[in-house]
Amino acid sequence: MRRALFWLNRVLFYLLVVFVVIYSVFPFYWAVISSFKPSSGLFSPDPSFLPIPFTLEQYRNVFVGTAFGRNLLNSLIVAGGATLLSLVLGVLAAYALGRLRFPPKNAVLYIVLSMTMFPQIAVLGGFFVLLRQVGLFNTHAGLILSYMLFTLPFTVWVLVGYFRGLPREMEEAAYVDGATPLQTLLRVMLPLTGPGLVTTGLLAFIAAWNEFLFALTFTVSDAVRTVPPAIAFFGGATPFEIPWGSIMAASVVVTVPLVILVLVFQQRIVAGLTAGAVKG
Amino acid sequence: MLVQRQVRLAWLLVLPTLLVVVFVAGYPLAQVFYWSFYKADIALVDPPEFVGFENYLFLLRDPDFREALWNTVKFTVFSVSIETVLGLVIALIIHSNFRGRGLVRTAILIPWAIPTVVSAKMWQWMLNDVYGVINVIGVKLGILSQKVAFLARPELMLPAIIAVDVWKTTPFMALLLLAGLQLIPEELYEAASIDGATRWQQFWTITLPLLTPALVVALIFRTLDALRVFDVIYVMTGVNPATRTLAVYNRQNLIDFQDLGYGSAISVAILIVTFAFVILYMRSIGREALR
Repeated sequence: MRRALFWLNRVLFYLLVVFVVIYSVFPFYWAVISSFKPSSGLFSPDPSFLPIPFTLEQYRNVFVGTAFGRNLLNSLIVAGGATLLSLVLGVLAAYALGRLRFPPKNAVLYIVLSMTMFPQIAVLGGFFVLLRQVGLFNTHAGLILSYMLFTLPFTVWVLVGYFRGLPREMEEAAYVDGATPLQTLLRVMLPLTGPGLVTTGLLAFIAAWNEFLFALTFTVSDAVRTVPPAIAFFGGATPFEIPWGSIMAASVVVTVPLVILVLVFQQRIVAGLTAGAVKG
Repeated sequence: MLVQRQVRLAWLLVLPTLLVVVFVAGYPLAQVFYWSFYKADIALVDPPEFVGFENYLFLLRDPDFREALWNTVKFTVFSVSIETVLGLVIALIIHSNFRGRGLVRTAILIPWAIPTVVSAKMWQWMLNDVYGVINVIGVKLGILSQKVAFLARPELMLPAIIAVDVWKTTPFMALLLLAGLQLIPEELYEAASIDGATRWQQFWTITLPLLTPALVVALIFRTLDALRVFDVIYVMTGVNPATRTLAVYNRQNLIDFQDLGYGSAISVAILIVTFAFVILYMRSIGREALR
């Protein structure tokens, strides 16, 4: 009897596991499958769960005669720029906050952290006016700047944690050898934070790559517009016809690099995510 | 001497970050407060006119604002509570020792990695009233008696959007709670087992109390996020009043109606609602800590 109960428990547990995995993966699987189907296969009363018949037509529709390639490049420029800028600024600030004698340390940390507290939407109007004033509306630089609002505090916060966790001895040895604090940062501390930089940069990049509200509001032309608003407004030949196949193909194109990155850097991302949150 | 030099260097290193913070957060925020007392269009074509508290008084009487607030509260309460329960279940699954736990963790990272706009589009397609896979499977299995237009019927729109948000953000919740679970010492469970406590008793007397700090942090993060929800709603149902939240209504006033004054007043209201929630949580944590 006890044995039967044990097995029943096991079976129920694994059923739950299977359910969780299918629930998590199926929507993405369905998008991938849909992106490889011709329109006749998509708009069928009895859709196939495999990409049969198979076609690359949807991907051609996404790239040929559209601005989607340009949108992808814009996303790369903006997300890459925002990540680099916040890493450079973040490393400098985090080193000062984590390792140097700096009396108003906590005050600065709280100011930076409070930035993450207030919602993006609350500065939307002010930022719109600001970007128009300084002539950065509908530019890559303007969008990168606006992304500092969420990538910078995150970067500073996580990197301060990394710097604090480094051993004192190496730093002291550098000082004994006559290195200045700045040399110590660049030659000794920075190489040690390598893994932390990769994780932080990756998370900042993903956040910037996925951002929608600012991209939608601060860009108007396809020369600057990034992928998320482009996908949101992906139109068909006529307003009445939604090109689901092409939308799914575009979705797969922007998501696959992310999914690969996430799978490769899985352990680090999980550690970085929870470090950023739990310390907050 | 050396100390002084270190302090000076520290200021120098922090300065660029502080400048950016002032420029991207402080200044725009000040603008929002300033313009909330004016009647002005966002392109600032006509000369702005000082109107005192008129925008705020209008906001208090605006039924659309009230509806947006109510939609936001509904969205937040339902999505965050469902995500918490589901996230806890998934965290407990991954935390228990079994073959294939790595696979589960990898699987749940997929929804997290997908951009919100993309996940909204994917689900919009799956929820399609004629060709959507959910309708096809639902009818085939007899769960649905006929195909349902999830994103066209006002009473089903918000629940459908909440379902999408739950799918997308439960992984984040699960990962935070998993980190909390991993901090609980294994010895506690061993001791409890020796004393004859069942798994169920262990969950209520050990797991849940010790998980509370992680749970509170996760709740704060998710609530703040849910209160500002924009992407998933804007992509799936646009500015439809049945699902229009504060952020959607705010952007509609600022950008679509070009109303900088009233839009800014809504922004300030969103800030107040956000801080009210933060204070509410802080007080409940404070009480928890006193116990």
